[in-house]
Amino acid sequence: MSSVATGLSALDRLDRLARLESPVHRVDPRAKVITTGVYIVCVVSHGKYDLLGLLPFAIFPVVLATEGGLPLGFLGRLLLVVSPFALIMGAFNPLFDREIVAQFGPWSVTGGWVSYASIVLRFLLTAGAALVLTATTGFTGICLALEKLKVPDVLVTQLLLLFRYIFVLGDEAGRMGQARRLRSFGRRGMGWRIYGQMLGQLLLRAFARAQRIYLAMKSRGFDGRVRVAQRLHFRTADLVFTLAWSAAFVVFRLVDVPLEVGRLVTGLSG
Amino acid sequence: MSHHTISVRGLSFAYPDGTQALDGVSFEIGHGEAIAVVGANGAGKSTLLLHLNGLLTPVQGTVDIGGIPVAKDTLPDIRRTVGMVFQDPDDQLFMPTVAEDVGFGPLNLGLPPEVVGARVAQALARVGAEHLAERPPYRLSGGEKRAVAIATVLAMEPSILVMDEPSSGLDPQARRRLLGLLEGFEHTRIIATHDLDLAAQLCERTIVMGAGRVLADRPTADVFRDDELLAAGGLERPLGMLACPVCGAGTPPAGA
Repeated sequence: MSSVATGLSALDRLDRLARLESPVHRVDPRAKVITTGVYIVCVVSHGKYDLLGLLPFAIFPVVLATEGGLPLGFLGRLLLVVSPFALIMGAFNPLFDREIVAQFGPWSVTGGWVSYASIVLRFLLTAGAALVLTATTGFTGICLALEKLKVPDVLVTQLLLLFRYIFVLGDEAGRMGQARRLRSFGRRGMGWRIYGQMLGQLLLRAFARAQRIYLAMKSRGFDGRVRVAQRLHFRTADLVFTLAWSAAFVVFRLVDVPLEVGRLVTGLSG
Repeated sequence: MSHHTISVRGLSFAYPDGTQALDGVSFEIGHGEAIAVVGANGAGKSTLLLHLNGLLTPVQGTVDIGGIPVAKDTLPDIRRTVGMVFQDPDDQLFMPTVAEDVGFGPLNLGLPPEVVGARVAQALARVGAEHLAERPPYRLSGGEKRAVAIATVLAMEPSILVMDEPSSGLDPQARRRLLGLLEGFEHTRIIATHDLDLAAQLCERTIVMGAGRVLADRPTADVFRDDELLAAGGLERPLGMLACPVCGAGTPPAGA
């Protein structure tokens, strides 16, 4: 259960970072959400064996994180925590795809390894961009942007409530885990069967709480739509931010920048 | 006709699992009165409160608020009139920041944003929580959460305040501040509580409940002197009305 607490405290810190003051933080949430969306589409739509062509994309999260004054070490650690997912997803590629695509002296590189590296790199880029988006906009800001971008209310409400109650649920799970550890000795009481029952308990408690929250919402006139008073201002600077970055991503996607730069350099020297 | 009165007649309610939670409850509450509802766990206090703004529908009997019966088509009006503060502030504070949470009700009433902003500021100032406006509710202390939960209701400018266990889980000083706050309200107040000292200090009248029925509906001082009644309701005299266990001094005045 302590890993749950660690995860939640990271989420909490991410949300607190969103309250910093910086030019990146001041960009309208909608601009950042749209730009990140374009970024993700451009990154994931790259070819299976593309590796070098992906490198220029690293500029976006790195520039935003530095300009936004975010702690790079913290973001890096978070990326590491979530990366096993990508590492496992592509782990079989080197086994199945053994065709040699490059030769560096005695070392030959198979297509499987290239596509594996490409998957991991794409994951790091997109997850990194999503983390930077959250840390400069905040979960609420993102929800607000989604609402203004006409994402269905039900979805936005779900996200808002999810973020609000994930901490309450985490605390509850933590307390249950603690109560179990205190009365478990060695292996007794720590088995999977009990674990399953605890999850069931947690679900029932979550239902009961959901019911109470719904009553509290109805008492204050809830009619299926969460209205937020905060109003956003989409300025020219936000438009420039969106268009400039999006244009850059499209260029990165269509033109293999490292290759072109290499050609240019060898062309000049040759 | 005043908006601030409550009239409950022959109210009965059973939960879907068959538990008879209320059994023929009747009482009247006048304008500006402060009433305590006390009783053992499971006596029906919370169920009764949920009927006062139509969150539960009676199986039998009626509830009138300011002369208007609680029914499906009057619910929006009733819920604006009756502000409900729930027992667990975590259930009540569901928005990402305190200010947004306090603005939730007024926005649902369809008020323009400027008015909502003013109401939020006013309600937070009333409970002394202006400095918490931009904080997320999950990182507030218990006392702060309680104060903000009350502000979310005040922002709708209700005439009647209904509170379930307002002092539970508060440290002594936070409880003292809450008492001071509640004492200053001129709303009609209904407070369900196990904190009998709070009842003795704030409420002129007390309704004792037991097994879904009204056991007594009398002046508070009178109720807390009736040991037989208290025993029947699963209660004891408030600490403020007991002799000092250390020095043996006599009964101090209630709420001291």
